[in-house]
Amino acid sequence: MSHKNMSVVFTGVGGQGVILASDLLSEVALIHGVDVKKAEVHGMAQRGGSVISYVKFGEKVYSPIVEKKSADILCSFEPLEAIRYIDFLKEDGYAITNTVRNFPLTSIFGKIPYPENPYEILSKFTSKVYEIDALKIALELKVPNVVNVVLLGAISKLLPFKDEEWIQAIQKKVKAKFVDINKEAFRRGKEAIVF
Amino acid sequence: MAKEILSGNEAIARGAYEAGIAFASAYPGTPSTEILENISRYKEIYSEWSPNEKVAYEVAFGASLAGGRALAAMKHVGVNVAADPLMTSVYTGINAGMVLISADDPGMHSSQNEQDNRRFAYFAKMPCIEPSDSQEAKDFLKLAFEISEQFDTPVMLRVTTRVCHSKSVVELGERRESAYREYKKDFVKYCMLPSSARVRRVELEKRLSKLREYSNKSPLNRIELSNTEIGIITSGISYQHSKEAFPDASILKIGMSNPLPDELIREFAKKVKKLYVVEELEPYMEEQIRMMGIEVTGKEVIPGIGELTPDIVRNAILGKKVTYEIPKIPMRPPILCPGCPHRGFFTITSKLGLTVLGDIGCYTLGAYEPLSAIETCLCMGASVSQAVGFAKAYKGSKKNRIVAAIGDSTFIHSGITPLIDAVYNKANVVVCILDNETTAMTGHQEHPGTGRTLMGEDAPKLDLEALCKAIGVPHVRVANPNNLKETEKVLKEELAFDGPSVIIFRSPCVVRDRSVWKKPLIVINEKCAACGACFRIGCPAITKDKSGKAVVDPILCIGCGVCIQVCKSSGADKCKNVSIGYCSDICSQICRASALVEKEDL
Repeated sequence: MSHKNMSVVFTGVGGQGVILASDLLSEVALIHGVDVKKAEVHGMAQRGGSVISYVKFGEKVYSPIVEKKSADILCSFEPLEAIRYIDFLKEDGYAITNTVRNFPLTSIFGKIPYPENPYEILSKFTSKVYEIDALKIALELKVPNVVNVVLLGAISKLLPFKDEEWIQAIQKKVKAKFVDINKEAFRRGKEAIVF
Repeated sequence: MAKEILSGNEAIARGAYEAGIAFASAYPGTPSTEILENISRYKEIYSEWSPNEKVAYEVAFGASLAGGRALAAMKHVGVNVAADPLMTSVYTGINAGMVLISADDPGMHSSQNEQDNRRFAYFAKMPCIEPSDSQEAKDFLKLAFEISEQFDTPVMLRVTTRVCHSKSVVELGERRESAYREYKKDFVKYCMLPSSARVRRVELEKRLSKLREYSNKSPLNRIELSNTEIGIITSGISYQHSKEAFPDASILKIGMSNPLPDELIREFAKKVKKLYVVEELEPYMEEQIRMMGIEVTGKEVIPGIGELTPDIVRNAILGKKVTYEIPKIPMRPPILCPGCPHRGFFTITSKLGLTVLGDIGCYTLGAYEPLSAIETCLCMGASVSQAVGFAKAYKGSKKNRIVAAIGDSTFIHSGITPLIDAVYNKANVVVCILDNETTAMTGHQEHPGTGRTLMGEDAPKLDLEALCKAIGVPHVRVANPNNLKETEKVLKEELAFDGPSVIIFRSPCVVRDRSVWKKPLIVINEKCAACGACFRIGCPAITKDKSGKAVVDPILCIGCGVCIQVCKSSGADKCKNVSIGYCSDICSQICRASALVEKEDL
């Protein structure tokens, strides 16, 4: 892989499995043999709130924080959260978002409604916006919680890691009895998107 | 040696293991919590959740005196609680190595303030060590124990959220059992009566000057000489941001920030043309460098509020103003979980128009719309003490409408003493202990009321009712907050009572205890009158469809039934029928299948 570091920003809603997704990506990078750092916050911010996790990898990574306008990929578990953090994406970077909406209470009571067409808004920032109904795939597998691995499968096509390395990471991070279903979720995510 | 990706907190735990420590204590608090959780996995180390940080510091200090290496971990504001023993423990010094871990939270991701505890180390005259990534977190902790023993002092390892919760690659080492150091009676050293404290006061200053010599020579502080146009003095996570922002600049990396290496700073200042100090929060190093007569640029360009990032550092030094446009979208603040037992309690306090003085825990989220139920949040235990003051001085229209809301873990931490005050001084307060049987906000840690210890052993369960009665509270009641009628009745009765009373609202945290989960609810669309009553309980599982009617998300809903109760009550005057019922069996089976749920995801 090139000497330039790559960075991925994961966003979503607390409880969706955002952090496990970024953990898995970090593990793959380690298995691949490059330097890697990731950052997020735990605690109060995670109770149903907006979540962001950064992963950076390459020859040598200093700050674990991804700078604004520098992420290669923004992978969002929820469309509104993709918009919230779109300024992290570099010019013409890839924005991949799950299509299932999660309406925050503020959109019901507040003055600002949930945007009608998130895709359109995201497209103003980059020409590379991709939507994926990861929940639909996960429900087909009868396990809604594998949304995160479906999304990883999708973005894996933009990353320099081999399938064997991904599988090794899944085996390391996921409980034994769920390894197969996660491998399948990964495969389905990969199939579901064409860049 | 093996390499692993560890968070700063996991690395600190590993460092504690490798340093051969015998004892570790803490009270949970973000961003420090995972340190003890990870240490508890090493059976070679005795570890405990203490009732609060003062106790955590004191028990660790006792272990150090007894001869075993010990650490106490806490969040920055926890150090305030532990300040009393801390400020004098630097006088006595230690026996076996003693390290205080202060986990600061710049940016206040999960805290009520963003105090910079390097000031605390300076104030206490204790060494302060600042790692900048996970590898250093592990290695510096080991070194901190050596410094502690070499100089006979407790040492502060100061980390921040971005060190604690960032993960990076760490090379693991082996555990080296630390030698047991026999305790020897030494009145002048350990018993701080004024006569001996005066002796130790002088020792403290002598030690500090020896530590400064050490700091000048220590590998913790190092010059990375490169292009000399710009020189940056920095520490902790700011080092990483500075390296990223200015890869070619010369850097003086400070790993020991108290005492600062004065000679090294002078040497570095001479070598570079323009000198900057890049540090988060306070101008802690900057002020000391200025006092040395060295010209330096710091807080006039580097923000003193919130976290730094590589782009903030770069733009600040280059004098660039960059703004990023994001479309206006609804905020998504953290909220009480679906099925949270606090929701029923707040639904009633809002209905009754009570002034709820709040505390520190998940229930503080009851301050957000639409519940808007909590009115104050200051520090651990303050709800009870503030209520006493409020009750004594308040002359407004809401008299007999004031309650304190405090969680079980917070009550044990700091609520008992003010409750004694309420009884002793006959304050007319209603203290509501929201007992969800865990320390929920920080990720479900055990406490004296849960009957389990950090190391997984059974323990005597603190009986809150008996405790309150023993204090002398005349009325001690227990109620189920998910039952709105009962909650309303009990609150009204106790508000009418003249004197202090305690109501324990007991219902387990639903994230921890899935046995209370019921089938998800479903809204019968044709019956829903779109009255909005169920929206006002602020449940994230309930949203609105295009016609303004309620929709329940079956994946989020756990069937607590609070919405059914408000639906029923609104039905009396608005809609004729209750429109919320239980979802079918089949869909709940799908909803509940789980493959990848881990605590970190919560």
